[in-house]
Parts: sequence; structure tokens; C-alpha cells
Amino acid sequence: MKGWIAFWNIILKDMRAYYLKPPNISWGLIFPLAWTGMFFIKSGSGLESVRGLLPGVMAISVLFGTTSMLAVTVTFEKKARSFERLLLAPIPLGLLMLAKTAGAILFGTINAFVPVVMAVFLVDLSGVSWTVLLPAVVLIAISSTFLGLFIAVSVSEVFEAQTFSNFFRFPMIFLCGLFFPIAQLPAWLRPLSYALPLTYGADALHEATARAGRLPLSLDVVVLAVFCLALFLVSLRNIKRKWIV
Amino acid sequence: MIVEVRDLRKRFGDVQALAGVDFDVAPGELFGLLGPNGAGKTTTINLLTGLARLGGGAVRIAGIDCTRSPKAAQHLIGVVPDESNLYPELSGFDNLCFCGALYGMPAQERRVRAGELMEIFGLSDAAGRKFAGYSKGMKRKLTIAAGIIQRPRILFLDEPTTGIDVASARRIRQMVADLRRSGTTILLTTHYIEEAERLCDRIAFLVAGRIVRTDTVANLMQPVQGRHVMQLRVSGSPATACGRLESMFPQMQFHALDEKRIRTESCEPIRAGLLVRFLEEQDIEVIEARLVRPTLEDIFVQVTGIEAAAMQKEKEKPGGPA
Repeated sequence: MKGWIAFWNIILKDMRAYYLKPPNISWGLIFPLAWTGMFFIKSGSGLESVRGLLPGVMAISVLFGTTSMLAVTVTFEKKARSFERLLLAPIPLGLLMLAKTAGAILFGTINAFVPVVMAVFLVDLSGVSWTVLLPAVVLIAISSTFLGLFIAVSVSEVFEAQTFSNFFRFPMIFLCGLFFPIAQLPAWLRPLSYALPLTYGADALHEATARAGRLPLSLDVVVLAVFCLALFLVSLRNIKRKWIV
Repeated sequence: MIVEVRDLRKRFGDVQALAGVDFDVAPGELFGLLGPNGAGKTTTINLLTGLARLGGGAVRIAGIDCTRSPKAAQHLIGVVPDESNLYPELSGFDNLCFCGALYGMPAQERRVRAGELMEIFGLSDAAGRKFAGYSKGMKRKLTIAAGIIQRPRILFLDEPTTGIDVASARRIRQMVADLRRSGTTILLTTHYIEEAERLCDRIAFLVAGRIVRTDTVANLMQPVQGRHVMQLRVSGSPATACGRLESMFPQMQFHALDEKRIRTESCEPIRAGLLVRFLEEQDIEVIEARLVRPTLEDIFVQVTGIEAAAMQKEKEKPGGPA
């Protein structure tokens, strides 16, 4: 019970201190809006293209929303030594890190639905499988957040976290099949695509929005879950190894 | 014993930060680790509180073996780090409530306790202000309050008065004394000798990762009890003056403290007039002569070999005992 009081209050504190700050809220709205607008104009194929663009824009919103926030909530706190306060709390490290990442998962999930809300006013979304879309978005948010955690724990400065994040984010966007089908990528790049968690998230999103998934949905879910677990465990190990020296 | 430390070792690369530290702290005791910067005080606290991994040795806190699981006793301890590391975006009150929540305190209980602590630490008027806007002294007080919000059995206080103004430092020392009186066991690290002397029941001198002496303040002061000390400020060379004084007054000890001052020690009361007259006959002008109460600093210098001037330098930083 005591551990859960701590868990819940860490989430609430992060919400108040970081996620509900006006710059982050506006960033959470403007970023998906800008991407949607950019791809919509670029496609030049009218409103019917919105539904096809939705998985890509949602995934980008989640990816950038989560990984950027972790650089602040973890790397910044580590640098300012306030993270030590959390390490001194009598709660297991795993629970502590789940609390630190839960806010980003929620933030990323909400970010993903900003383009969906906008799309509702432009196109008919009645064919979307919401029961697939929501779990897919949540799984993408969790895997992206844990990727952000892995990056945040690997560096010591906030700017390093942002730079290192881009090293993962941009290749992922172009290799995961969101905007270019994996089949059209050069053969030597395809194995790399399948080594990225977002590939499976994007596939699940394509399945949810247009029944256009290329892999079995169960495979997408299992692989994403494995990525989540692996990234979280590696991050925990790195915290113990690098921060409790 | 509530804290038992045996052969504590820690190495950072080529630097042996702790080279076999042993000490015990009794329940309700205020135990001081005294040493210069870099002696290993913060490393000791980090190892005892689970913020660092043991390089060797054993730690037991309240009977719990923390050697293998450093988090095992974290529910019993409070920690005040050497830097005020609360959350700048939160108000003072919210910071305290959050720290209480980290120890599983229910909402109502932590709000009452936070209000109580804001009152005790004289921060009630600033309760709603963001921590970022607090002065250094206020930050330090709130950091101490955050360390005790959960009423820990053992409090680790790392350099509580370093870098703050004299008035705030004095108030914080008063608070530490009050905490000790309330029964909290306290492990205090400081490089302020007078602070350790005033507050601690027992003191360990920590130098270069080793404890060179541990004892009660009274026992540590034993060698200087009954000693009389006088400091003379002279216009000429203190070294020359010392030589002449030693030949004239063999029952006393003289040594040059720096380019201006001579320290005189004796078992008998020192008659300043005699010394002044003698030096003036030698054409050495005495600018000032004052009796000095022998302090723990004398013992520290004697035991550790660390120059008084080096410790003085530390003491002159803001927050030093006044």
C-alpha cells in the first residue's frame, strides 16, 4: 500500500511539474497538427488521404512525445540530483521507474489521439477498429517511453538525451513502414526495419485503421511486449550499474 | 547499536575513497564524521543510505543487514544531502507533502506534518512559494524538513550548514540539537570543527578515507583540559620570536601559526605582560595578545596532522560557526 502511495504521487508530481505545463500541452497539440498538415499537403490527394496518414502521424506523435519527455523527467532530475530523493525512497526500483515512466506513457497516448480528434471532423472513421487501435497506441507509447528511458539513463545531459533520441527516432520513422512500405525498401535495410519496435506498432495501426496490416496482429503485440520488457529491464540494469555506483 | 559499520571500503577508479572505515552509532546518539573536503564523508553516507554500492565491508542498520540489499533499511532512515535537491517547480509545502508520500504517508497525515514542519522551520509564510524562489538558507531548512517528514529513526545529515549565512546556520544547528533531544539518532558529517564540537556526542575524525580517532567530545578534549593557550600577533618574524621565547621561557611551548601569529601553550596560566615585555626588549612589537580557549581544532590538528589553516579556510566559508 505504501509503495502505491509513492507510485501514484510520483505520477502526480511529474504531471504537475512537467506534463501539464503550458509549453508541453501546446507542444503536444501543435506537433501532431503540424505533421498532419505537412503530410496532408504533401500527399495532395484530398481529404480521403487523411485516413491513410493517420497511423504515421499518430506514431510520430507518440514517439516524439514520450522520448522527449523522458529526457526531462529522468535526465534533468538526475542532473539536478532530485532523482536521488526517489532512489532513497523505500520502494523497489522497478516500481519507481514504472511511476517515472507512467506519465510519459499517458502523455504519449493522449498525443496520439490529437490527430484522431482532428480527423473525426474531416473524414469518416467508422471503419476504424478501436479495439485494436487503442491497445496498439498504448503498446507503442510504452515501448517508446522505455526507449526514451533507455536513452535517458545512457546519457548525463538533457541535450545529449535529445540528440541521442534523434539517432533512434528519425531512422525509425522512415524504416518502420509508416510512410514507405517495408517491401519497397532496399533488401539490405529490411532486416533493420524488423529490428525496430515501431515497425510492429505501425503494422498494428495500419491493421486498426485500414485492415492493412502485413504481419499477424498477435505477432505485432508479442514483439512489442518483448521490446517493452527488454528495454525496461536493460534500463533498470543500467540505472543500478551507472547511477548507484 | 543502531548503525554498525565494519571495514567500509570504496574505490572510484584510482582513488581509494574509503579504506576500511569502522564505527558504531548508539540509539539516540548524535555521531559526527569530521574531516576536510574529500575525506570520504559523503561517500560514507551514500554507502549507508543505498545511493552507492559497497566496495567492501559490512553495514547493519537497526539490525538489518544492508550489505547485500542497501534498500532494506530505507524505511527507517531520513537523508539530508549536502545539496538542497528538492523540486524547484513545486512549492515548499508541496515538496514536503511529496517527500512524505515517497514514504507512504497518507494524504491527510502528510499535509498535517508538512504544515507542522513549515511552522517549526519558520517557513510558514513561504509555504505556497515555489522552492526555486527560496533563499539558500530557506532551501537548506526545507531540505532538512523533507529529511524528517516521515519521522525517521535515523537521520543522515550531510554538511547541513555548508554554504549558507551565519544566522541560518545557527538556526539549523539549533534544530539539529532539538531533533537529537527528541530521540532521533543522527549521523552528521561536517568540516566545521566547532559545529561538531557543539553538537555531537561522539566524533570520528575522517581523513583520506580512514578514521583516525573516534571518541566522545569530552574524551577528545582531555589532552587540552587544563592547558592555557595564548595567541600573540607580532610585527616581526614569528619564527625568530619563537626561538627567543623558547630559550627564555622553557616551561612553555611556542610555535608560529603564520607570518604574523605565535601560539603559546602552557600548563600554568600565561602572564601576557611577561611575554610582551620580553618581546619588546627584543625589538619585536606585540600588536595583540589574547587568551584562547583550547578547542577540538587543537586535537584535530594534533591527531590528523592537517594544518589548522586549512580547516580555518573551510571555516571561513559562509555558514561556518559563528
